[in-house]
Amino acid sequence: MNSFAVERIFALLMRYFFLLRSSWPRLLEIAYWPTVQMIIWGFTSIHFSHAGPELTAGGILISAVLIWDSLFRSHISYTLSFLEEMWSRNLANLFVSPLRPWELILALATISMIRTLIGMIPAALLAIPFFGVSVFELGLPLLGFFLNLVFTGWAISQVVTGILLRFGLGAESLTWMLPFLLAPFSCIYYPLETLPDWMQSVAACLSTTYVFEGMRALILRQEWMPELLWKALSLNLLYFLFGLFAFWFSLRSARQRGLLLQSGE
Amino acid sequence: MTEPENILQVDGLTKRFRSVAAVEDLSFALSSASIVGLLGGNGAGKTTTLSMLLGLLEPTAGSIRLFGNDFVRNRYAVLRRMNFCSPYVDLPQRLTVRENLLVFARLYGVRQARERISELASDFRLIELMDQPVRRLSSGQKTRVALAKALINHPEFLLLDEPTASLSPDVSRWIRNRLSEYREKKGATILFASHDMREVELLCDKVLMMNEGRIIEQGSPEELKNRHSRNSLEEVFLALNEAGGFR
Repeated sequence: MNSFAVERIFALLMRYFFLLRSSWPRLLEIAYWPTVQMIIWGFTSIHFSHAGPELTAGGILISAVLIWDSLFRSHISYTLSFLEEMWSRNLANLFVSPLRPWELILALATISMIRTLIGMIPAALLAIPFFGVSVFELGLPLLGFFLNLVFTGWAISQVVTGILLRFGLGAESLTWMLPFLLAPFSCIYYPLETLPDWMQSVAACLSTTYVFEGMRALILRQEWMPELLWKALSLNLLYFLFGLFAFWFSLRSARQRGLLLQSGE
Repeated sequence: MTEPENILQVDGLTKRFRSVAAVEDLSFALSSASIVGLLGGNGAGKTTTLSMLLGLLEPTAGSIRLFGNDFVRNRYAVLRRMNFCSPYVDLPQRLTVRENLLVFARLYGVRQARERISELASDFRLIELMDQPVRRLSSGQKTRVALAKALINHPEFLLLDEPTASLSPDVSRWIRNRLSEYREKKGATILFASHDMREVELLCDKVLMMNEGRIIEQGSPEELKNRHSRNSLEEVFLALNEAGGFR
């Protein structure tokens, strides 16, 4: 990567920093949802613990909520930053500048990581005094779970931003819908065996399933299963490449159809 | 390598959307330090042509050579030397004028960005507005900011799509003067798409008249007026229209 590429990526990071600085609702929103989720699930967890302590052992529900949110936050942060360009009708300004598509992807991924950390860290820290649950006790595997889900989030984002380029703001709702399509299959709150057979087959193709199975093994049985993390990583690599292809294909299609100048509804 | 005198050479440029030809077999050249007007009615193909010259739209056929480079193959090397301004595009509205200019200065790799921004702020009478969010500006002020952004990288080739549309005559004249000065000072080439015949006549050295995706007439404003025995470009345009040149 040459210094000009770094400067262009830095320029976009500056743009997103200026935007956040100018809008406190945007800034507040980053930390608001993860914290609210953590509080709701924290009390749900307390309630469940009366019925069956095994359901909430080791703070598994709160940990699952926080770890799942790293996928959702990374995806939303990436895609919303891209949507900001469409909402402000600035996309054409970027595409006629010397900014390469891969530099745009790298800038969006970087801002997504920053926003995800800003959102997740306060929620994870607050879970300690509120509910006595610290995800940080998971140690180094936590980093593996987190990074895997962030990569999954980015892969989804690349597909969604590609669709937005091709179909415009009419497809905006996909931003929120697509991650939730994965949720039932990802076994976030229940083990894989809970699902019917056909859903288990789908779940086996998802990197997220291996992350949450690994998390459960670690919390409930104190068993560290790195092979699950490697499976997740391999699948994420495939998703990421598919996401890149989807974005590239959509960008090319948008260039052929003249959609970059008027990227509205 | 010495660069050709024509900074832009377009040959057989065609854009079809399915069976509809938006631009058909367009060929023209722009010499350096010229201001060229792209004239035509609605749907004539002006914006489509500009979009292809900016790399926003892929041509169906034909070639674009900019600064002697094949534009499709060397897009990013060439884009550093160009810029544009269009009413279809806005700057981020929540960012201040200064923030916007700083972001685009970095995107274009402008050296001594802050000095360049101060220079533009002074040239475009933006000093008082620098810390205002763009969304709070009037349309005339926004146009000045958009033009400052378009000149941030000292472009050698500037593409403007109706930059004075919906502006009052005094602001339009002021902008025309800034563009003339920029051409004189930097030797830049400006391609200017407009509906405003009078503006094109005042500003441009050469005019390309388009209709239904084709160039139907070209030359300097004086040449066109003499050729058609008319007193203004508007009359030439109307005469061509009556003769069936424009449909």
